Amino acid sequence: MSLSAQVAAGSEATQEASGKRKAPLSEGARAERRLGWMLCAPAVIVMIAVTAYPVGYAIYLSLQRDNLELPNAVKFIGLSNYAAVLSSPFWWQALKVTVIITVFSVAITLVLGMLLAMLMHRTLFGRNTVRTAALIPYGIVTVAAAYGWQYAWTPNEGYLSAAFGNSAPLTSEVPAIAVIILAEIWKTTPFMALLLLAGLSLVPEDLQKAAKVDGATAWQRFTRITLPLMKPAILVALLFRTLDSFRIFDNIYILTAGANGTGSVSVLGYDNLFNALNLGIGSTISILIFICVAIIAFAFIKGFGTAAPGTDIGKR
Amino acid sequence: MAAVITTPRQKTGWGTANFVVIALALIPVLWMVSLSFKTPTAVLDPSFIPKSWTWSNYTQILKTSQFIRPLINSIGIGLISTFIAVALASMAAYAVARLAFPGKGVLIGMSLLIAVFPQIALITPMFSIERSLHLFNTWPGLVIPYVAFGLPLGIYTLSAFFREIPWELEKAAKVDGATPLQAFMKVIAPLAAPGMVTTAILVFLFCWNEFLFAISFTSTTASRTAPASIAYFSGSSQFTVPTGPIAAAAVVITIPIIIFVVFFQRRIVSGLTSGAVKG
Repeated sequence: MSLSAQVAAGSEATQEASGKRKAPLSEGARAERRLGWMLCAPAVIVMIAVTAYPVGYAIYLSLQRDNLELPNAVKFIGLSNYAAVLSSPFWWQALKVTVIITVFSVAITLVLGMLLAMLMHRTLFGRNTVRTAALIPYGIVTVAAAYGWQYAWTPNEGYLSAAFGNSAPLTSEVPAIAVIILAEIWKTTPFMALLLLAGLSLVPEDLQKAAKVDGATAWQRFTRITLPLMKPAILVALLFRTLDSFRIFDNIYILTAGANGTGSVSVLGYDNLFNALNLGIGSTISILIFICVAIIAFAFIKGFGTAAPGTDIGKR
Repeated sequence: MAAVITTPRQKTGWGTANFVVIALALIPVLWMVSLSFKTPTAVLDPSFIPKSWTWSNYTQILKTSQFIRPLINSIGIGLISTFIAVALASMAAYAVARLAFPGKGVLIGMSLLIAVFPQIALITPMFSIERSLHLFNTWPGLVIPYVAFGLPLGIYTLSAFFREIPWELEKAAKVDGATPLQAFMKVIAPLAAPGMVTTAILVFLFCWNEFLFAISFTSTTASRTAPASIAYFSGSSQFTVPTGPIAAAAVVITIPIIIFVVFFQRRIVSGLTSGAVKG
């Protein structure tokens, strides 16, 4: 490998020596191009194999009647699965729950994340301690944290339940969703804060000082200088968090397992595969979730003008 | 920072805010620790600090293969996935940061798409594919999706790090007769090592945390990872909820995270802030 590369480099060198100015340059550009593709190929192949191919296969499965319990009844049935899912109250309930969890957790996380980012950015002392502490919720295994919340809210066992009059919030819909949102907020605020911290560090300190000298209050400086300058970072953070929250699964699976109408679309898709063993309906739900995510991403990028992260790399 | 004059009031204000954040971050973790030391009867006691302490929950989970085997799976699958993902991502990230070639935008768009991809959308088709390829309930059956989902994270973080490395060194190496491949292996890779360590930590945390694939593509402790195994814990009798053992297992899988975070806080912060948003 390296030998042939050296040989190639050697022949390039002789070409260069022979005085042809244009040919070696394009040869070099072509070699660079080939190397670029070669270096990207393994990553691209793995990513396509694990996502594009299964999604294509899911589209095919979603057009079939395919239930593992009835292996002989596999049959092409067109869009019937989509009609079945879209006319099912379970799908709309799950979608409603998912949207509620996403909207509330992302909105609250944005506010708390902004506060945490400012603290991590500006605190006068103990900055590393704060950052280390804040990273623990980010790093902790969601399932482990979810069990902690579950026991904390179990009557007679948990400190939070005891603090709220021995309540049992996980046994009815609205309080259970509130606990799920709480668990999401605790887990994801640090990530939001870190994304915002990156944006915050781009706000020039001089501008803040100048505004202060001009008599701007802290709130004015925040809304007139910090926020507008951070808008791209905020939108990217919102996009990431919204799409991440939309696929919520772990917390719900542990906290309520989707009981009492608290299941998200991901929980519904999981149940359809592993409890109903229905590949056709499961795939249909998969495709519908994929479409929802595509719509959200499209809305953010086209509607709000969110710069897709990495586009600056592309321009290079 | 040194020029800032601090008043005692400011100090108290920031100090209080620091304290609140640290308390909010740690209380749920301390609660798990407390639960893991409670005796089975004392579990029915909502106090935050156990009245009687016991190691029995730890000895119970550590003497059965029900948890030890998944722990080994988690470490093995996590390390293999991290190694492969970082290797492939550094190749792609080098190309993205340093080389001019058409299709770069497509690669970046694809990584972004996968970073936000709803994993549940893959469960049904992957379950079917893995069963027909005999990958279901094996290590590779989890390594492959983990690599795929670790790659976007790796490519972003590493290309941000690679862009910080001075061009001139690579040019100098090329002038000295190194091929682009040699320039990468001999000059860039050593300089990129800190970035690669950071990326490896982030990818490993992702693999260590992952739950949906872990419960969907495994059926026994042959490949089930630790977070998934906790969800399958059973009590000493069918009527007891294994709260203590679950809490102990949760603490065990949290310890590596806390060690990573304490030792690599700066790296994790710089990795997440540099890679994710330069838009």
